[in-house]
Amino acid sequence: MGAPHGTGTNGAPHGTGADRPRHAPGADGAPRGTGAYDALLATGVTVRDAGPGDAVAGVAPRWVALPESTEEVAALMRVSAGHDLAVVPVGGGTRLHWGLQPERCDLLVDTCCLNGVLEHASGDLVVRVQAGVTMDALAEVLAARDQELALDVPVAGATVGGTLATAAAGPRRLRYGTARDLLIGITVVLADGTIARSGGKVVKNVAGYDLGKLFTGSYGTLGIITEAVFRLHPISRARHWVTAALPAGPSTGPGAVAAALAASQAEPSAVELDWPAPSGTFTVAALVEGTAAEGRAGAVRDLLAGAAETVPEVTGGEKPPGWWGVPPGEDVLLEVRVPPSGVDGALRAIAARGLPVRVRGSLASAVLQIAPAPELGGPELAELAAFVSGVRDDVAPLGGRLTVLAAPPGLARLVDPWGPVGALPLMRRVKERFDPGRRMSPGRMAGGV
Amino acid sequence: MTETLDELARGLAGVLPPGAVITDPVRLRTYECDGLTHHRAVPGVVVLPESAEQIAAVVELCNEYGVPFVARGAGTGLSGGALPRTDGVLVVTAKMRRILEIDLVNRRAVVEPGVTNLAITEAVREHGYYYAPDPSSQQVCTIGGNVAENSGGAHCLKYGFTVNHVLALEIVTPDGDIVTLDADDPGYDLLGAFVGSEGTLGITTKVTVRLSRAPETVTTLLAAFESIEQGGQAVSAIIGGGIVPAAIEMMDALAIAAAEAAVACDYPAGAGAVLVVELDGPAAEVAHQFAEVERICRDSGAFELRIAAGPEERAAIWKGRKSAFAAVGRISPAYIVQDGVVPRTALPEVLASIDRLSAEYGIRVANVFHAGDGNLHPLVLFDDAEPGAEERAELVSGRILDLCVEHGGSITGEHGVGVDKSRYMPKMFTDDDLDTMQLVRCAFDPRGLSNPGKVFPTPRLCGEVPGVRRGVHPLVESGRAEQF
Repeated sequence: MGAPHGTGTNGAPHGTGADRPRHAPGADGAPRGTGAYDALLATGVTVRDAGPGDAVAGVAPRWVALPESTEEVAALMRVSAGHDLAVVPVGGGTRLHWGLQPERCDLLVDTCCLNGVLEHASGDLVVRVQAGVTMDALAEVLAARDQELALDVPVAGATVGGTLATAAAGPRRLRYGTARDLLIGITVVLADGTIARSGGKVVKNVAGYDLGKLFTGSYGTLGIITEAVFRLHPISRARHWVTAALPAGPSTGPGAVAAALAASQAEPSAVELDWPAPSGTFTVAALVEGTAAEGRAGAVRDLLAGAAETVPEVTGGEKPPGWWGVPPGEDVLLEVRVPPSGVDGALRAIAARGLPVRVRGSLASAVLQIAPAPELGGPELAELAAFVSGVRDDVAPLGGRLTVLAAPPGLARLVDPWGPVGALPLMRRVKERFDPGRRMSPGRMAGGV
Repeated sequence: MTETLDELARGLAGVLPPGAVITDPVRLRTYECDGLTHHRAVPGVVVLPESAEQIAAVVELCNEYGVPFVARGAGTGLSGGALPRTDGVLVVTAKMRRILEIDLVNRRAVVEPGVTNLAITEAVREHGYYYAPDPSSQQVCTIGGNVAENSGGAHCLKYGFTVNHVLALEIVTPDGDIVTLDADDPGYDLLGAFVGSEGTLGITTKVTVRLSRAPETVTTLLAAFESIEQGGQAVSAIIGGGIVPAAIEMMDALAIAAAEAAVACDYPAGAGAVLVVELDGPAAEVAHQFAEVERICRDSGAFELRIAAGPEERAAIWKGRKSAFAAVGRISPAYIVQDGVVPRTALPEVLASIDRLSAEYGIRVANVFHAGDGNLHPLVLFDDAEPGAEERAELVSGRILDLCVEHGGSITGEHGVGVDKSRYMPKMFTDDDLDTMQLVRCAFDPRGLSNPGKVFPTPRLCGEVPGVRRGVHPLVESGRAEQF
């Protein structure tokens, strides 16, 4: 499921260009859909029938539309409003299996053709980009002028829009923050076709509400992100990774060394953990980047050496450990967040459940991802549900929480994938205002929002 | 006081400690404005609650009586965000000044909203930590106000704003519920949306802030140039060279003259512009970058460089910059502090345009700015005794905002919209943009009681269809709702 979603059986090409078919053959003949389908076609946007590869967390849409501009998205949304179509936006499809199943799904709005890097103002360290641009393609454009969007992409093929909608972030969150910290402007299309912008092209700006924050982590439930503006950073001249194996024991964990690294004047940009199996050795790796990175990497190595069972290895250049920034699993993925002091306790809680899992994640930021070890076979759903509620109960007293990012749809019948969310009533009220007809990715988010 | 307010005040006295409800007209008058002193309104009632529960009780009573409320911290805001309502309640957080928890292991502190910005840093400094956002009013401004305004400061170029340093908030919603917004909550980033909403989405009652490690090294340099253009060139070269300084500040000749007159900062004589550059971080990194900055400044035409050898010399360099706003009082009877943002690369062009405006209207403009992020603070000088001067100054000040918008910037970088700039919002945003923001407002505050009249130019009832505005709303006409 990690691969980009496929085209349908009647799939139209995903390319752009004037000569592409404006609609696919084999138009839907069902009486209820005919009017809607014709109206969608009348927008001039390419629309094709959906296929099995287009399912959203197991729910198949009826059609897939491929708009090329914000205005085309708005036209699609107006038709959807008029015909009561439920809409799910999709980017690279790398995280389409995250979140809950949509209650219904008529139209998939594929942002693949919103694929322009509109403006790279390198002197201002700012980029304006369409939502369907992949993070890889964006990185390539920015690298040409020695700049980057300092947001690590866990899965290749992810788009700007999808990364924002799922609030995905990777190892360097410790230094640069997450998507919400780097996003400075956004364009969205609401359920009724309204085009709205907030923020702008300058980093410092407090005019009006920040809609970008609201849409970060919104899972497509408020509208469709069509454009984003990010602040950029210069690409570091040097990067060094320091990796060490730490012994595991009933009372030892990587928490103390992580805290020491986070407080260190060597200023690592990331401190990550790989724990392939509970009771096994902890592998901890830290990234040091920027000027004088080599000397600072030495300081990190010394810190790690005090806790490690082997001599820490320092690798220079562009060579992170193979597991760096890679989620521990795809089809089933859980996330635990605790205050940094709770990391060891959380790891103990995970181990105590006796399920063969792999844990990876940001040690210093205390965001850990968990996946059942694939080579051991996926656990039965009931077992997984017990693990989720057990670990959730154990990390709660530590000030932590567990969220199910991805799981087979059946899990949601056994345990709440999101866990308690204090602000849920407010989120519901925001959803009601933005999408009173419940047509935008209905039910995908916490609490059935 | 109206009958409603009178009745409400009695109700408030029932839920608050003795002496926490102020109705005496003389005492009310002390709260009539914030830092934007030309907007004044004597509040109907002032309350001084001591807990979130008391604030919730106040808000509930306001709901019961349909009376608006405004929160106020230290009242240092520069956009009138804490301007009271004559028909409403002013909720002053001055009695909520406890630091509840300092948790160095988790690099965070939990504080009440009335705690000053600097008090957080002072409480953790001895352990090698600090609270990063540093608005220039940090000695007095409160963290609750910082949250409302998403305050920045000279060092936000590298470290970001309040929103990047708040991990959780406890708020009282406009209908009186106590809710926690947590950065770790999945779903919409309501915490991020609340920060900077200028009191229109509720009242902050508890703030969990991130504590940052004090940098190993701080170095500060002052470079004097003959012209603003040369200084601007240096800024571009520094940023273009991949260096992110903690701060880059620039002042023009008029601002330097004012600072000289006020605090004798002893900046290099004959400078058309001075640049203050501060670098911080690991010692080895700073040393390397500092050499680079020095070279860039010389290449750009700096005729004098001063490098601070220690904390005292650093303070001496900052003295002129930090005094600049107040200092213009020495060279002008009255002035307007403007706050706008342009993309950094547009700085030279915008500054030239400001010069032309200044000449055209016969109004002097002193320029002080956070050059690294394009945040301008033009000080528009005028003589309030001269007929028509204030109007011309207002005009120049407004035209400067037009320039910012024309160049893809913002009408405010850190002072907020408040009452001062709500009329400029349509220059930056379309009706659809503003209507969409209004959806957020209506989700939090359907009755429009939380700091009404701020931020948005033409707000309307939450039940209305966006884009349609005609006549008096039936709910208003029947007395069942108030227009806000």
